[in-house]
Amino acid sequence: MWFGNVHKIKLWVLNLSTMALNLIRLNLIFAKTEQMRFTSHLDLLRTWERTFRRAGLTLAYTQGFKPHPKINLVSALPLGFTSAGEILDVLLEGDYKISDIKTKLNPVLPPGINICDLYKVPLNKAKLQKELESSEYIITLLDPLPNLHQDLESLLISENLIRTHKEKTYDLRPLILEIHELPNDDEGFQRFFTRMTSREGATGRPDEIVAALGVSVGRVRIHRTRLEFSEISQE
Amino acid sequence: MKPAKTPKEIKNFLESNLWEVQKPGRYTGGELNQVVKDWKEVNTRIALIFPDIYDLGMSNLGIAILYDRLNQRSDVLAERVFAPWEDMESILRASGFPLYSLETKHPLEAFDILGFSLPYETLYTNTLNILDLAGIPLFSKDRTDDHPLIIAGGHATFNPEPMHAFIDAFVIGEGEEVVNEIVDKYQAWKRSGDNRSNLLSELSEIWSIYIPAFYHSYYNSDGTFSHLEKRTKQVSLPIIKRITPILPPPTTRLIVPYIETVHNRISIEIMRGCTRGCRFCQAGMILRPVRERTVQEIVDAIDQALTNTGLEEVGLLSLSSSDYSRILELVTEVNNRFSGRHLTISLPSLRIESFSVDLMDALKDSRRSGYTLAPEAATERLRGFLNKPLSDEQLLDTLKAIYSHGMFNIKLYFMIGLPFETLEDVKGIVDLCKTIYSEGRRIIGRRTQVTASVGTFIPKPHTPFQWFPMDTKEQLQIKQDLLKRNLRGPGFKLTWNSPEDSLLEAFLSRGDRRLSNVIYNAWKMGAKFEAWKEHFRFDLWVEAFSIAGLDPNFYTHRTRLMNESFPWDHINTGIQKEFLMEEYQLSQKGQTRIDCSNQCYGCGILPVFDHLRQENSDVVWKCP
Repeated sequence: MWFGNVHKIKLWVLNLSTMALNLIRLNLIFAKTEQMRFTSHLDLLRTWERTFRRAGLTLAYTQGFKPHPKINLVSALPLGFTSAGEILDVLLEGDYKISDIKTKLNPVLPPGINICDLYKVPLNKAKLQKELESSEYIITLLDPLPNLHQDLESLLISENLIRTHKEKTYDLRPLILEIHELPNDDEGFQRFFTRMTSREGATGRPDEIVAALGVSVGRVRIHRTRLEFSEISQE
Repeated sequence: MKPAKTPKEIKNFLESNLWEVQKPGRYTGGELNQVVKDWKEVNTRIALIFPDIYDLGMSNLGIAILYDRLNQRSDVLAERVFAPWEDMESILRASGFPLYSLETKHPLEAFDILGFSLPYETLYTNTLNILDLAGIPLFSKDRTDDHPLIIAGGHATFNPEPMHAFIDAFVIGEGEEVVNEIVDKYQAWKRSGDNRSNLLSELSEIWSIYIPAFYHSYYNSDGTFSHLEKRTKQVSLPIIKRITPILPPPTTRLIVPYIETVHNRISIEIMRGCTRGCRFCQAGMILRPVRERTVQEIVDAIDQALTNTGLEEVGLLSLSSSDYSRILELVTEVNNRFSGRHLTISLPSLRIESFSVDLMDALKDSRRSGYTLAPEAATERLRGFLNKPLSDEQLLDTLKAIYSHGMFNIKLYFMIGLPFETLEDVKGIVDLCKTIYSEGRRIIGRRTQVTASVGTFIPKPHTPFQWFPMDTKEQLQIKQDLLKRNLRGPGFKLTWNSPEDSLLEAFLSRGDRRLSNVIYNAWKMGAKFEAWKEHFRFDLWVEAFSIAGLDPNFYTHRTRLMNESFPWDHINTGIQKEFLMEEYQLSQKGQTRIDCSNQCYGCGILPVFDHLRQENSDVVWKCP
């Protein structure tokens, strides 16, 4: 966390003034696929650090006794999910063109990661986490659910869906912004779409919908398709 | 026989079940640099098995080296297998699925050869458990032509006898070259269409291969081991261990795990073997002769491995880094090439002298707060017996140097239960730690932290101390209690092994063929993951011994007579038993013979491997 507190921001600004020319802040949109679905948030960050090191791109580090690289994932993806669009926010040292960075990264990506997009962002741009509003998911059912359409309808019309996660009771219903059935996939599996809130303190988990449908989480595939941000960051 | 599961069935099984287990990343494979080959294109398929969980096994350098070497051959594929943790094991057992390889999810029974890595004895029950999870008969004699060939190697197999009933063929010594010879023989046998016992005969012709089924062991009326006899003329006795006269280039294409493992780092062996001759140390005896890699080779390997893996940590491994001939040059060169890249470079096993502290400090990038030393014993007197002489003054001078370099976290390795040890020597650990602590307070202040890590001496086979008895549980407890009473309070930390852990390691490492039954009984009653505190149950072993009609104390607490035959005497490490005996006797007189790199004490390595030195004119061993 490199914007963590005032003290650190100061340090960071100081760095900028001395080495402003040599820093690049990147946002990198990537897919996390099947091979990496069981890699946790922290392990994924480490995987990225190593990927940049293999590419010969120098990460910017924090100061202090135990420096760590300034690299951040905008939203943690739960273990077992795949995704079409995760976002990495990273600070590099050096003067690279975007096309060079792509050329260096692509051949050294680990199995399970594909880069979709990559662009520079202003060094002082606020962190995206704050503006994350919602996430979209596609859930694939490995076993047929004959009344999927009605089941989803009834979730939608219910006033509340009280569930217990990690010994805490909460209402799942307000976290579901959208939910509807999709056409079957190539393998003939049923699918549905959902958009759930992803604000701090109000993050909906699609595996909880799966559980509410009475389906074992081992019998579905959950794929995040998009992260959505509030208006401010859209411009 | 029920039909074998297909990789597709296993993949589907994993998709539905991995949600249920801790750290599912242990069971998926698919990491960077793993090698996946088409099973239809390759005719010899080998599973390399480390019989503990992924987190530990992925840090094992031996597996990484063999994986790389075997996969370089186009006619061979090698895949990895680790022990499933108990949660995964119960899911596998409940659903009737076999243990499988990480790369292509083939069940173990589909492989031609299963190669087990056995670096330490506490993996024995896990080995049985893995065979069982694979649906393969545990006993070598029960396997047919349809079953894979079961091979084992690693340091523990320098006494192969306790596992003799389960393993078809042992590789004694270094695996780098012999693996290829095994594959060649295997392929020729497969083409010939002969039966399994012919395969074993063929394999027994390879230098360093030991096939237990071709020998019979005899015992004396008092229960001691008498001798081993060949069942067929062709096989060798003794079995001479394998060495590679020149170390091959280090493996640099390492698999990068997605999940955290014990040592997630690039390991480069800078030197194999040790000339110090500490009398308790098995590695120091069985890894001779000492062979070094060049500075250039090491630095290039680090560079290549960094490019291949992107890992942030490098370990330069050896038994005694200070004895590497060009250590200063190596450290300087490593700095020139790699400083400023946020890497942690570790140089373990440095001698206790202030020069080591300078070396450590010279590895600029790695800012550290701690330093580890291994005096082994706290008194000069006792260190003399061990052949690890070190004056108290030198020890304190080194510590002063460590403290004045700003490091405040000192870790010291000691052993208790050593031969010639008195309670005064044990108390010496307390006194030494306290002296070190007050030095630290004086130089560096309140942050000073002294950790004493106190292991138990185990008289290991092939060492000069193999004739000594091990301390009993009661003796060890008295010594540990003394330490626990006196080494406490702020600034001190004490860690120790339970005496029962050490007893297990002792009888498993010193056992004869009769131990196979004990291991089997213990496994049958549920013993596994012996290296894990939460799993280890000594009561099962006591029971297992009693069912087999044996006494564990017979193996651990007996002083051996000079003329006693050992169950591991047929394994020739190059060091002659007479030399070990000499060292044993010198230790009793308190005499030392340190560092054989200047003066040869005639351990036997040179005569045994003379032909290798002759054949390879450019061979440089640290033998004078």
